[in-house]
Amino acid sequence: MLTYAVRRLILSIPTLLFISFVIFMLLQLAPGDPMAQVPLTVPPEVKQKMREALGLGQPPLVQYWKWLVQVFWIEPQVLIDHIFGTAFSAGDLRVISWQTRSPVMDIIIQRIPQTLWVVGVAYVVAILIALPIGVYSAYRQYSVFDQAGTFVSMVGFSIPPFFTGPLLIVIFSVQLGWFPSIYDTTHVVNDWASFKIQLQQMIMPVMVLALQITAQLSRYMRASMLDNLRQDYVRTARAKGLSEAVVVNVHVLRNSMIPVVTVIALGIPAIFGGAIITENVFKVNGIGQLLLTALFANDLPMVMTLTFIFAVLIVLFNLVADILYGVLDPRIRYD
Amino acid sequence: MTDSPQDDLIAIGALTDTVPQSPPTSRARDIWDQFRKHKGAMLGLGFLVFITLAVVIGPWLWTVDPQKLDIRNKDMRPIYTAIWDSSAKTSWAKPLGSDQLGRDNLAQMIAGGRVSLAVGWAAMLLSLFIGTSIGVLAGYFKRVDGLLMRTTDLFLALPILPLLLLAVTLFRQPLREFAGSPEGGMFILIVTIIAITSWMPTARIVRGDILAIKEREFVLAARSIGTTNGKIIRRHLLPNVLSPIMVSAALGLATAIITESALSFLGVGFPSDYPTWGKMLADAVVRMERFPERVMLPGIAISLTVLSVNYLGDGLRDALDPRTRGR
Repeated sequence: MLTYAVRRLILSIPTLLFISFVIFMLLQLAPGDPMAQVPLTVPPEVKQKMREALGLGQPPLVQYWKWLVQVFWIEPQVLIDHIFGTAFSAGDLRVISWQTRSPVMDIIIQRIPQTLWVVGVAYVVAILIALPIGVYSAYRQYSVFDQAGTFVSMVGFSIPPFFTGPLLIVIFSVQLGWFPSIYDTTHVVNDWASFKIQLQQMIMPVMVLALQITAQLSRYMRASMLDNLRQDYVRTARAKGLSEAVVVNVHVLRNSMIPVVTVIALGIPAIFGGAIITENVFKVNGIGQLLLTALFANDLPMVMTLTFIFAVLIVLFNLVADILYGVLDPRIRYD
Repeated sequence: MTDSPQDDLIAIGALTDTVPQSPPTSRARDIWDQFRKHKGAMLGLGFLVFITLAVVIGPWLWTVDPQKLDIRNKDMRPIYTAIWDSSAKTSWAKPLGSDQLGRDNLAQMIAGGRVSLAVGWAAMLLSLFIGTSIGVLAGYFKRVDGLLMRTTDLFLALPILPLLLLAVTLFRQPLREFAGSPEGGMFILIVTIIAITSWMPTARIVRGDILAIKEREFVLAARSIGTTNGKIIRRHLLPNVLSPIMVSAALGLATAIITESALSFLGVGFPSDYPTWGKMLADAVVRMERFPERVMLPGIAISLTVLSVNYLGDGLRDALDPRTRGR
């Protein structure tokens, strides 16, 4: 197991390098010019100097190498300096955003909590809702509850978040006036009243995200439970006189959770990607929104770093899912 | 083996029948019979046929130009608003109302549906083609298997939505010049990009099935009478992997429609004067307090189409799986 994990970790390095190279080259091919906003009266020589100041004077491969060094060598040093108060990175050039002229990583660190709050809570809520629904509808297959649950999850699966978002805003913000339609990220939670406001503004984006995840997860949970309920060991457990609750909630549930846990792990990076739309609808200024604004502003270092972070998340959670599968299921042997 | 004389008699009785009691049914007939039992799938198929006919024939029945500005008749409400609000600005000339520039909503819905469905179908077909080719090659030829599957893994590790956004924003201009018109360029770009980022599951499923099927006796028999590789793939392997391909086609159509609408919604899709369902929804969001129907109409259209395609896929999966057939 350990050798497998190590081998996969080592294999993920070339994968990530390749992905970052593809993204970088895609950005190089792009026709967007960071100097497009500069007034026409600025002479071409000056523009050329400005371009070189942005690091655009060198061939693409050199730029790519510099980006790699900045992300993998200088940024960790900055992190260490920040934690331990040392000065390894003093004087080194970090990845600088063309929009704000501040280090890209600093902005990302500022934005991540907003995304994590909304996405993380949505994921937890979705799991808490989806698992019982999946278990119960598998246990009572073809019952009214199962039919309704299947229909609702199909609907949740099909309605895109850019429709559910505005729909919820029309109903709950405009008609009923219960929740604010815009997520206020400057809101500070320091007492019960402000916590209540935080909850109110989180409910709608969390619900939009959770609806989709619940729909997928409960389908998986149901299918996995159905597979296990027909197994011989379930009959054995019943035959030896175990109560129905123990059979379903201990024997079957534990075995059915194996594939579901890996699906949960695999879904985490996709949620970050999917949150771009939800963040856009509710004006949450998380990393998805950051990516959008950076794209429209031709801020290539920011776009590059953010897309790479998404890729890292995907590779990482793929690895986590595979390892979890091996750890949870003793029948799986990787070696 | 039978247990009792009674059973023996019945078995012998069946043996004396000179012809089978019911005529043999073809495989397609079995599948169709099973498919018909799935109510959701039948409804889905019905709605998909309806919406396809509506957007294909619609422009001949409702001949209003969707891009024509009619500023005098802007912000009309749909005709059904008159039922509860007699003071609303409604007119039979604009059954679904008009937008802030007076463009007819019904005509826009038809034109938008055309684009959304066209993008969906084209992207799905292209992605199926890529996925099936790669899956067949990787499954059938051992030499390229490793390389192709590693490529598939790499593509699976790409962050899809960010990359889509990236490609669409960055390559909009050059393709516009290449295709001659903004819509044409965008169509090619969106279809290609969706296909390139969504073929991987198909490739994996097809490869797995091909790996299993190519070891079967009928393939060996075909090879032993001198059938070439190309013919084996076309005549013996592809028909046998058709069912997983059709299921992933349904899923692919649904995701392609949603992706196109999402891109339009984020403002990176088709040019601004060119209606698609996603764009109509995005344009209407800022005015949804006063004109909720402009959000609802395209939103419901997208959701119902995707829902029906998903149900269709569900029904197909049940019908094509011989283990569930006949239950």
